[in-house]
Amino acid sequence: MEKQDIIKSFKDSLFTGLIALALFGPIVGLRTASKGEGLFITPQWGVVFLLVGLCIVGRFLININSARRTEFKIFSTLTSKFSSITKDKAKHFAITGILFAVVFPFLPFTDRYFMDVAIMILTYIMLGWGLNIVVGLAGLLDLGYVAFYAVGAYSYALIATTFGWSFWICLPLAGLFAAFFGILLGFPVLRLRGDYLAIVTLGFGEIIRIILINWYEVTNGPDGITGIPRPSFFGLPFKRSPDEGEMSFHTFFGLEYSTMHRIIFLYYLILVLALITNYFTLKIRKLPVGRAWEALREDEIACKSLGVNPTNTKLTAFAIGAMFGGFAGSFFATRQAFISPESFTFIESAIIVAIVVLGGMGSQTGVVLASIFLIGITEIFRDLEQYRMIAFGGAMVLIMVFKPKGILANRKPTILMHGDKK
Amino acid sequence: MEYFIQQLVNGITLGSIYGLIAIGYTMVYGIIGMINFAHGDIFMIGAFVALISFIIFGLTGVALPIILLLVLLIAMLFTACYGWTVEKLAYKPLRGSFRLAPLISALGMSIVLQNYVQVAQGARVKPMQPLFSGGLEFFKNSEFIVTVSFLQIFIVVLTIILMGIFTYLITKTDLGRAQRACEQDRTMTALLGINVDRTISITFIIGSSLASVAGMMFVLYYGVIDFYIGFLAGIKAFTAAVLGGIGSLPGAMLGGLLIGLIETMWSGYVSIEYKDVAAFSVLIVVLIFFPTGFLGKPDIEKV
Repeated sequence: MEKQDIIKSFKDSLFTGLIALALFGPIVGLRTASKGEGLFITPQWGVVFLLVGLCIVGRFLININSARRTEFKIFSTLTSKFSSITKDKAKHFAITGILFAVVFPFLPFTDRYFMDVAIMILTYIMLGWGLNIVVGLAGLLDLGYVAFYAVGAYSYALIATTFGWSFWICLPLAGLFAAFFGILLGFPVLRLRGDYLAIVTLGFGEIIRIILINWYEVTNGPDGITGIPRPSFFGLPFKRSPDEGEMSFHTFFGLEYSTMHRIIFLYYLILVLALITNYFTLKIRKLPVGRAWEALREDEIACKSLGVNPTNTKLTAFAIGAMFGGFAGSFFATRQAFISPESFTFIESAIIVAIVVLGGMGSQTGVVLASIFLIGITEIFRDLEQYRMIAFGGAMVLIMVFKPKGILANRKPTILMHGDKK
Repeated sequence: MEYFIQQLVNGITLGSIYGLIAIGYTMVYGIIGMINFAHGDIFMIGAFVALISFIIFGLTGVALPIILLLVLLIAMLFTACYGWTVEKLAYKPLRGSFRLAPLISALGMSIVLQNYVQVAQGARVKPMQPLFSGGLEFFKNSEFIVTVSFLQIFIVVLTIILMGIFTYLITKTDLGRAQRACEQDRTMTALLGINVDRTISITFIIGSSLASVAGMMFVLYYGVIDFYIGFLAGIKAFTAAVLGGIGSLPGAMLGGLLIGLIETMWSGYVSIEYKDVAAFSVLIVVLIFFPTGFLGKPDIEKV
């Protein structure tokens, strides 16, 4: 390497250091802390110098090796290989995945913690698949999907606690309610263009949350709803000591009581719900309405001139997406047995949208990979509670920068005029 | 009537803050066509830099106007660094890729910034002693005395001055011409020898500095901040930008004022719990009747 180049990259990294000093200096270096009355400053220059030093060294190394470009190559070849493998063997991949998911609870290393994480990942997969109908297929950016999740959870909780109906009656009702909300909210705004729609749906998400917080009479405000009935196994409850004359799950099957029974049941419940969502999406893509969604995503004007009613078509996508959100919401309510507006903040919507986009819009497998990856990251960083969301956000930025189309991009229309030209 | 005037004064003050943030959204949207979700968090960082420098200068015992000027400049400088870096790291590599990519990257950046400030500065709310006191009183003979505090006057006057400078910058200087040219056609502008990347960087720097001024005003006006203020303020400012017509600079200011007025009037006359609902509901109603906002250019679809 030329001497000039080294000097140049050295200067460049010093400039990086200067910027880093400006970034970290005030915010990290001068920590404000309350002492008695008012705020005082506790300097933390050590951390700042460490961070600035890291930035300078890191930048210098990147410049010297031009590592950035090689890294790019390694990363993109790896992922493109990966996506070509998964594309060719999508069916095998899916079947192996489902088989693994089915036997997962009985694997030797699976414990309570793994099951909880798996249930959480499956909930996000289901939400991701539900939103994929709206964002991936119909191309409508919905930043308020959590609103439907909340409507589903609250309607399940309210119906179940008020009328005492079983999970299997409340679940479809909650889905219907959510779909109804989807139509109600979608009707006035679906004529708007992409980004406007995004911000209006975001607004709707916030409106629903604020109503949930303030409507004490019905939603019990910020305290939330407690004592939501747990689901039963076709009428057999998961109780240690069933009431007189009542059978519970473990007495009926002659098993020893274990809390894992309920966890395993919940796991299979969400697995089945998620697979239903997936199956539905795969089927509806082949029906006229599914074709219309994909056509609308690609070219709205062409669709209009061919007699497709854009508002109605979008509305069906919105309502169906909302319905699956509602199902996931009822599952969430019955699993937690407690819900409050805290669980339905904008960050949840952001996570679900991120899962869909990072996975590659329209790709069902991508949603699975993205959920495992993103939820996995927050779980790995669980011990470093404060840093896990930084890692989460950073992962979102990095995936987008290196792989802007998502892990598995699949924007290919399901059907083409003259077959698939390769 | 007096009560109405009081709410009007409060609304205009709040509207100035929203308007200054909204300009950042509308400029970025105009030039690269993306919703810069991290902008609300840039505003939050501006508020923190302002708070920290207020504490430092508060100990030195310099006269108030000098403190204000110094804090203003420091907040603008350091926050502009954040805006610049965010653009370089998260948006520049994504230029030209499909529409949702920069949006997700911006969402990620917003999460990073929020949690970074939470880690660095702690999650507790940060209170600050008021620097301004007193004000002008009107309608002294009536039942309700309308108070216009010196702080409110300061906020509104500073906003007007900044808007003056900003309008001059955009309409009369080479920089502004380059900026507007980039909005219209980036490829053509590049062919005519204008450094598009630099122009976009400068757009982010200007937007972030204005947001930091809004952050400083927020600290002074509410006297308490935390790492989460950026979200709601950002959403409302974006609503303001859409309301005024996104891409239009006077529209952003008008939208900001409207959102500020709607919010204060709603909390004054209807209910304070639902004040955030009001802003969003108005947005939805406006978009149904004026799909491109009040001052936005009509959007003609071409095949």
